[in-house]
Amino acid sequence: MLSTDIRKHFPILDQEINGHPLVYLDSAATSQKPRQVIEAISNYYGLDNSNVHRGVHTLGNRATEGYEGAREKVRNFINAKSTEEIIFMRGTTTALNTVAQSYGRANVGEGDEIVITYMEHHSNIIPWQQLAKEKGAVLKYVDLEEDGTLSLEKVREVITDRTKIVSIMYVSNVLGTMNPIKEIAEIAHAHGAVMVVDGAQAAPHLKIDVQKLDCDFFAFSGHKMCGPTGIGVLYGKKELLTNMEPIEFGGEMIDFVGLYESTWKELPWKFEGGTPIIAGAIGLGAAIDFLEEIGLDNIERHEHELAKYAMERMSEIDGLSIYGPLDPEKRAGLVTFNLNDVHPHDVATVLDMHGIAVRAGHHCAQPLMKWLDVSSTARASFYIYNTEADVDRLVDGLRIAKEYFADVY
Amino acid sequence: MSTNKLDQLYRSVIMDHYKNPRNKGVIEESSITIDMNNPTCGDVIHLTLQIDDGIVQNAKFEGDGCSISMASASMMTQIVKGKKVDEALKAASVFSDMMLGKGVDDSIDLGDIEALAGVSKFPARIKCATLAWKAMEKGVGNDSEQ
Repeated sequence: MLSTDIRKHFPILDQEINGHPLVYLDSAATSQKPRQVIEAISNYYGLDNSNVHRGVHTLGNRATEGYEGAREKVRNFINAKSTEEIIFMRGTTTALNTVAQSYGRANVGEGDEIVITYMEHHSNIIPWQQLAKEKGAVLKYVDLEEDGTLSLEKVREVITDRTKIVSIMYVSNVLGTMNPIKEIAEIAHAHGAVMVVDGAQAAPHLKIDVQKLDCDFFAFSGHKMCGPTGIGVLYGKKELLTNMEPIEFGGEMIDFVGLYESTWKELPWKFEGGTPIIAGAIGLGAAIDFLEEIGLDNIERHEHELAKYAMERMSEIDGLSIYGPLDPEKRAGLVTFNLNDVHPHDVATVLDMHGIAVRAGHHCAQPLMKWLDVSSTARASFYIYNTEADVDRLVDGLRIAKEYFADVY
Repeated sequence: MSTNKLDQLYRSVIMDHYKNPRNKGVIEESSITIDMNNPTCGDVIHLTLQIDDGIVQNAKFEGDGCSISMASASMMTQIVKGKKVDEALKAASVFSDMMLGKGVDDSIDLGDIEALAGVSKFPARIKCATLAWKAMEKGVGNDSEQ
């Protein structure tokens, strides 16, 4: 377990909600921000704010150094070969849409296949649905095992020589499942397809090595890993990005503009049209420093341990069902559940009245809800600042909810 | 303290409507069918209305959702049945005011829906309560355009 001292870095945690100390268990939706990140953003606006890549003046240089320095931090964080492969974007959704609209439009034709799975988040479903409709391509789903994991046999059955894109989440935001991305990438490559990874739930929690995974694209968001909202990253292999067209045109991304023809900047800037998300990137850089100081391996271990403890404690409650793999080693730090027939909204409201924040709903994964045969679920998700005491509070809250609705449901 | 606030939301009359929903089902020969869902949480309602001579003769619903959304649907069908279309729409507007925490026009008999007034203090749950009413407004509105 990580030291509870980490909590001191998060000013938001030091408050009462509805008369109880806050227990924040919704980090899979968005994480809280440490003071270091808040200050990095505040210092940027307070001391260095200027546009990047154009100022001859000192502030312009500082802003550019901060922005490009953050890119190097991201490169190192995911072990990319070069900063040319690191493109700043609004978040995972924009990154996946960019791959679909740029790489996808150029490389997917009629009758070609795009392969995803039943556990995907809407942002890794709809860009491919739209692309498949536009191109007359076929969108194929890999079915899940009973415990909510993926089997490589099923992946092999679905991917064929007509498959051009395989796009799969690294860690499920509902089941907590950690998928064998490296092995799936090998299968995809053997059929000449590219491997796209939705890393939104992975980057905050485990060491990412895009070279080891050998994925072609990797997308993630800053706000789930202690960074601000509005910043995310698209990693792509240089040889692929080089041949891809931008999907946004305008300032910042151009080299030469004529009346009827223009040319683009080098990588990565050709994909960063408009004034970039400077403060966001600097905040993300500070978040990376913060996480690396704790150590990604320590973070991963902390979450496994918390998930294990939570699953043990929650199993004590009669009528509580947990979704996803029951082996805590196979899952990241979140537990999705339902309490008897009590609707998850009602559960979440009772917990909120006791200061405990959980998510209730379909978690942007309607096809997965259908697969689970539920209309919605509740989810408790953990991060570095959560403790066993938080899990105990959750369990107490769930018992109260169960009793409160005992004669209703 | 927390439980008191919870009791303002989960009044016993709401729980009664949830457990024993009124007008549950489908009108086979309905003049109007509306399906509506709440995209952020997955609540769904299938509402059928029988409107003749400008009067809501019958209203039934089926759905899947939390106690607040299903109880509100039950109360809504109860209150609009037998009402003129414009009265049903008026009730919807009174209900909407109630959800916004505004003072309520007491010239209309609100019946059980008064129990839902506490929902206005739970902003995240207002959309649960309004789903069925929005479905009704849409259905009645479509009918009056015909």
